[in-house]
Amino acid sequence: MHPVSLYNVGKVYRLGAVEVPALSDITLDIRRGVFTVISGPSGSGKTTLLNLIGCIDTPDQGEIRVAGQTVQAMPDDALSDFRAHHIGFIFQSFNLIPVLTAYENIEYPLRLAKVGAAERRQRVEALLEAVGLESRRNNLPAQLSGGQRQRVAIARALATAPGLVLADEPTANLDSQTGAEIIALMRRMQREQDVSFVFSSHDPQVHAEADDVVFIRDGRIVGLERQRNGQTDVQGGRS
Amino acid sequence: MNTWSLAWRNLLRNRRRSLTTLLAMVIGLVAILIFGGYRSNIAYGTQTGFVQQTGHLQVQRKGYYLDGGDNPTAYGIAGYEALLAHIRQDPVLAPMLVMATPTLQLGGIAGNFSAGVSRSVMATGLIPEDRNRMLEWNEYGVISYAQPLPLVGAPGDAVLVGMGVARKLKLCALLDTSDCVSGGAPKAAEGAGVPDDIAALSSLEGSARAPSAENRIEMLAATARGAPNVASLNVIKASNMGIKALDDVYMAMHLAQAQRLIYGAATPQVTAILIQLQHTAQIPAARQRLLALLAESGQTGLEVLDFETLNPTYRQTNEFMDSMFGFIALLIGVIVLFTIGNTMSTAVVERTAEIGTLRAMGLRRSGIRRLFLCEALQLGLIGAAIGVLSALAVAYAINHSGWSWTPPGYAYAYLILVRVGEDLPLLAGSVTGIIGVTLLSAWWPARRAARSMIVDALRHA
Repeated sequence: MHPVSLYNVGKVYRLGAVEVPALSDITLDIRRGVFTVISGPSGSGKTTLLNLIGCIDTPDQGEIRVAGQTVQAMPDDALSDFRAHHIGFIFQSFNLIPVLTAYENIEYPLRLAKVGAAERRQRVEALLEAVGLESRRNNLPAQLSGGQRQRVAIARALATAPGLVLADEPTANLDSQTGAEIIALMRRMQREQDVSFVFSSHDPQVHAEADDVVFIRDGRIVGLERQRNGQTDVQGGRS
Repeated sequence: MNTWSLAWRNLLRNRRRSLTTLLAMVIGLVAILIFGGYRSNIAYGTQTGFVQQTGHLQVQRKGYYLDGGDNPTAYGIAGYEALLAHIRQDPVLAPMLVMATPTLQLGGIAGNFSAGVSRSVMATGLIPEDRNRMLEWNEYGVISYAQPLPLVGAPGDAVLVGMGVARKLKLCALLDTSDCVSGGAPKAAEGAGVPDDIAALSSLEGSARAPSAENRIEMLAATARGAPNVASLNVIKASNMGIKALDDVYMAMHLAQAQRLIYGAATPQVTAILIQLQHTAQIPAARQRLLALLAESGQTGLEVLDFETLNPTYRQTNEFMDSMFGFIALLIGVIVLFTIGNTMSTAVVERTAEIGTLRAMGLRRSGIRRLFLCEALQLGLIGAAIGVLSALAVAYAINHSGWSWTPPGYAYAYLILVRVGEDLPLLAGSVTGIIGVTLLSAWWPARRAARSMIVDALRHA
């Protein structure tokens, strides 16, 4: 079973009387435990696709299955609970809660998932150590650098041990060296925790680390590269 | 990090805005509490005054209150002593009673014929010891302006009048004024002078008796049979009755004197039995029991009226003050509503991306709603606490300032007092109200935040 499967998914934005198709006929399986990058130019539908996979937006057509469950028909509360347990998010602007310390930001999803206090403490300590921020545990986001904030965001995304982590342009707001460090960190943690990571990015550094790359243009998948046993399978053309 | 502490940190995030919002709430609450305390003082003060003077309940002949004011003899209660004894000994009523006392109301013409003046008066025949006991009633601990009646121990012909009556009857010895001309001093007889020693004795006797003679008046009233009757009375004191209209007609005398004037040698009656209770809240129970007693004793021609019915101005004053209080509270409530609503709306707009993040992480819509309502509730609680403390401080300052004013129609000034700490319903109502307004004003922004689309919220810069 794939962590994410999309069947004939379509999404249309309505701007007044004008309908703008954002995604059309997307059929895609995200493989378990791999680094998948959704690549394409601005406005191609990367973020929309990521939002649909992350269950924070709903398709106008087709079916989306995440962790084996059809998600588009779920009631809002059920979908919130589902996200809390199964999906982690990393945002371009880090999106840490400014009034919470690094420790508390990482702990917050565990509270939402109703994890007990002792286990929470254990997991947060481990994640702080894994991202190298033990000494910054009591710092507020405003007291952290961009790279440190994104490390906190990565730890937060992995806190509930989700099967799927989604990252929207995670290196876009970082300098290249920090971006490389963050990618390396995500790659390491993805392997250690056997999580499926899905990125939207046109950062070559991210592409270089990817197992699978989904090429998207004008809301349609135009190519797919999959690394299998050191070989690259290429389906469709690339823009 | 639970919702409560997250909300608290969010409040501290923009301290200036939170403080400004708090200030608006505090000012609003203080204004409501101070005016409410003023209204409360007036309500309790007037109630105390009426209950001291007229009791909580009165047993009267049916129709006396509406039609019998100027014809007391037609509405007399015969056999009132038996009824009074019945009331005082009743096992249900007795524990509630402070006083049950008879009274006879009569109208007449009082004249100071030596000064050549007369005027209409409304006299009350009463038992001064009982009435003085009634004047001690003060359930709410208000400042009482009641003065004990000086009729206790006074001769049977002693009467008390209002300052207005004394002025109009030219009873100058009773007035603290120099512009009163009694005109009552008899002219010295013409002729040969008396010896000095006799003149001195006469002068001594005259000075000892003069005030008494100067204060004697005659009271003309119609008896129960319609015949005129006159009593010679000794005015022992003139008192300021507070309300000028009353001050100009008031007279109080011993009940026996009033009964002699109206009923002569016939069996005396009274126009009402005044019932004063321990607590105003006992009125319904006492009235029910009184009606049962009247029915048992076959007194079907009597009715029981409460002080609110007997003193319509009490209800009118309260309704007037209530309407003013309601208007002011509404005005302040709307201001606070919009102030907090604006604060919460701004917070929602500023934290749109954060709302999107929390929702993406799995916080339910109800969680977002709860978060903002929690912030509003904390603001409300802090505002209420500071507001109450500030109102108590302002009330203390006002109550010790000595400010006074003369209400319309009153003959003397009353201290301006506010009852904030003593009025728990006012405190509880205002605090609940301000917290309710706070939650109400946060409801719409919180709902809007909870219903925002996650992807739209995340896109918000």
